[in-house]
Amino acid sequence: MSGDNDGILSGAHFLDGDYACAEGAIAAGCNFVAGYPITPSTEVVERLAWRFPSTGGTFIQMEDEIASSIAIQGAVWAGAKAMTVSSGPGISLMMEHIGLAAMTEVPCVFVNVQRGGPSTGLPTLPAQADMMQARWGSHGDYEVIALVPNSPQECFDLIIHAFNLSEQYRVPVLFMMDEVVGHMTEKVVVPPRNQIKITPRRYTKLPPGEYEPYAITGDDLVPEFAKAGDGHRFHITGLTHNEKGYPVMNAECQEQLVCRLVDKIRNNVEQISLFHEDGLEDADVVVVTYGISSRVSMRAIREARKKGIKVGHLRLVVVWPFPEEYIRRLAKQIEAFVVPEINLGQVVLEVERCAAGTCDVISIQHAGGAVHKPRTIYDAIVEAVR
Amino acid sequence: MSITPAVENPVEQLLRTERMPHIWCPGCGIGTTVNCFARAVKECVSDLDKLAIVSGIGCTGRVAGYLELDSFHTTHGRAIPFATGLKLANPQLKVVVYSGDGDLIAIGGNHFIHAARRNADITVICVNNFNYAMTGGQIGPTTPLDAVGTTSPYGVCERPFNLPFLAESCGAVYVARWTAYHVRQMTRAMCEAMNKRGFSFVEVITPCPTLYERRNRLGSGLDRMQWFKENSVIKNGVDTRECDIAFQQKIVCGKFVDVDRPSLLEMVEAKMASVLHRRRWERMSREQQKPIAMRPMKG
Repeated sequence: MSGDNDGILSGAHFLDGDYACAEGAIAAGCNFVAGYPITPSTEVVERLAWRFPSTGGTFIQMEDEIASSIAIQGAVWAGAKAMTVSSGPGISLMMEHIGLAAMTEVPCVFVNVQRGGPSTGLPTLPAQADMMQARWGSHGDYEVIALVPNSPQECFDLIIHAFNLSEQYRVPVLFMMDEVVGHMTEKVVVPPRNQIKITPRRYTKLPPGEYEPYAITGDDLVPEFAKAGDGHRFHITGLTHNEKGYPVMNAECQEQLVCRLVDKIRNNVEQISLFHEDGLEDADVVVVTYGISSRVSMRAIREARKKGIKVGHLRLVVVWPFPEEYIRRLAKQIEAFVVPEINLGQVVLEVERCAAGTCDVISIQHAGGAVHKPRTIYDAIVEAVR
Repeated sequence: MSITPAVENPVEQLLRTERMPHIWCPGCGIGTTVNCFARAVKECVSDLDKLAIVSGIGCTGRVAGYLELDSFHTTHGRAIPFATGLKLANPQLKVVVYSGDGDLIAIGGNHFIHAARRNADITVICVNNFNYAMTGGQIGPTTPLDAVGTTSPYGVCERPFNLPFLAESCGAVYVARWTAYHVRQMTRAMCEAMNKRGFSFVEVITPCPTLYERRNRLGSGLDRMQWFKENSVIKNGVDTRECDIAFQQKIVCGKFVDVDRPSLLEMVEAKMASVLHRRRWERMSREQQKPIAMRPMKG
């Protein structure tokens, strides 16, 4: 079969991660993308610019990443499912609007195909050095969700999940690809429409006049949505605001709002967390990975097991929010964590914080521009059990 | 305490009265522009539910919050790209950007020129009070040469933008400038601007007695209105290159541009209809030739 009425190309394809991400977005129901060219993410928007006319979506190339990152939010308030796509320097420009999306609770997805930094860095080569930026990049206290795919297939599958999480929690979701995942080409299977689960936006059923954009009616701390044009005549501001969306400049309102924005994620870490465990049952050493580093690590882990080392693999798919409790429990059962990342030690800080001295934590760093050599990780595993 | 007015405020239905009093200073011209805008809306917008207003940051950025419409108070300088996304995703909406000169032309200048270039289907109302008022009276890209601001205590050394010329040269299909004194003309201009398809632009020169007028010893808000009355020169249709504003010189007002050019949405629709609709099916049939192997989605 081919594209159904929604343009979903069910079947097996040979796609790179960037294209798979674009196809996944279409499958997720994304119908608005604003972007700006930047290596190595450009292929995502190229694909969408080409595909959207046949799926009913709108793509616009904006004048910069700042414009892209807020045009999508305007579109969401008009009822669209929207995302923007960029890489390091562009993502740096988008930071203010990640804050706006968090503050005004706009469900949307920011794709970051990570490359080497800082600054212009290595446009065509990989890194995983934007992980802390994803977590903390905009000013103020807020929580986001960040997913890290490790294959083109996951670029497809997880971007759908990213959209679903953004709808469920009304947060910006950061989709943290990297240059290698974005540009590697593999088999990608697109399931039929009826096997793709979509979390619908929770629109208010209240009549105009009764709806308040930030009133909490359920127990999940997530307000119901209304879109412009439906008669609610609501107000939205990036200022600290009350249930009506009106600015209120005092400490009480600040506490109420910001704590809710943070708690709606922190209270649901277990539900949001997503990770793959392999051989953790009797492990002395656990390699904690995410993204492309997980695939390099698999070789090292296989070799170490052949030598009789009890080594397990924990691959984080959702890195933010960080599965603190889980890592704490795991730390008590093992001797060491080994954490390879293509950065100079970012997520390892969280692992260390949660391990809190109960086991060793070994950071395997890489400044970017390539992936780790399996040998480096293997050596660290051997070192950890010595 | 509530005071029952003798006559109902004719624009009250458009105001979030529960949010009054507003934050603007006595003598400020922003309220005047809001009154004119509300009248223009009453006049020319048939369904208020389909009108959305987007503001940036600053004194004029607060306009959105006082209007009983779907209203968005966005980030500094970014009202135009927000509005562009809002309009593209729901072309049914009428989208008006209402913000100040610093917001739209300094930090937001790039978005302004590109929205005009692509003839985005939005109306932009720029309240120009010649300075950054919310932060205490700093100079901006519209402050006249030699005028004083807190960040230019000896007088401005930079040439300011001529906004009607900027808007026209970038592609705006409607360009007008009035002062806060010209309430009827301003109202009509706002109405005409909202009736255009494409990028329409209205600049309103307003007093900022607390900061700009005080620092430049130009008197009160009322003095300034008197000055606007006496020093405005109405030149409809004049070449916008003649619309420069020099310190305490005549202000050229009027409707300068009113042309028709296909808007962004019209251009996109025409392109899709002429090319992509037919090619869609060709592409679909090409996709059909891809190998097939189905399996359920993971997780």
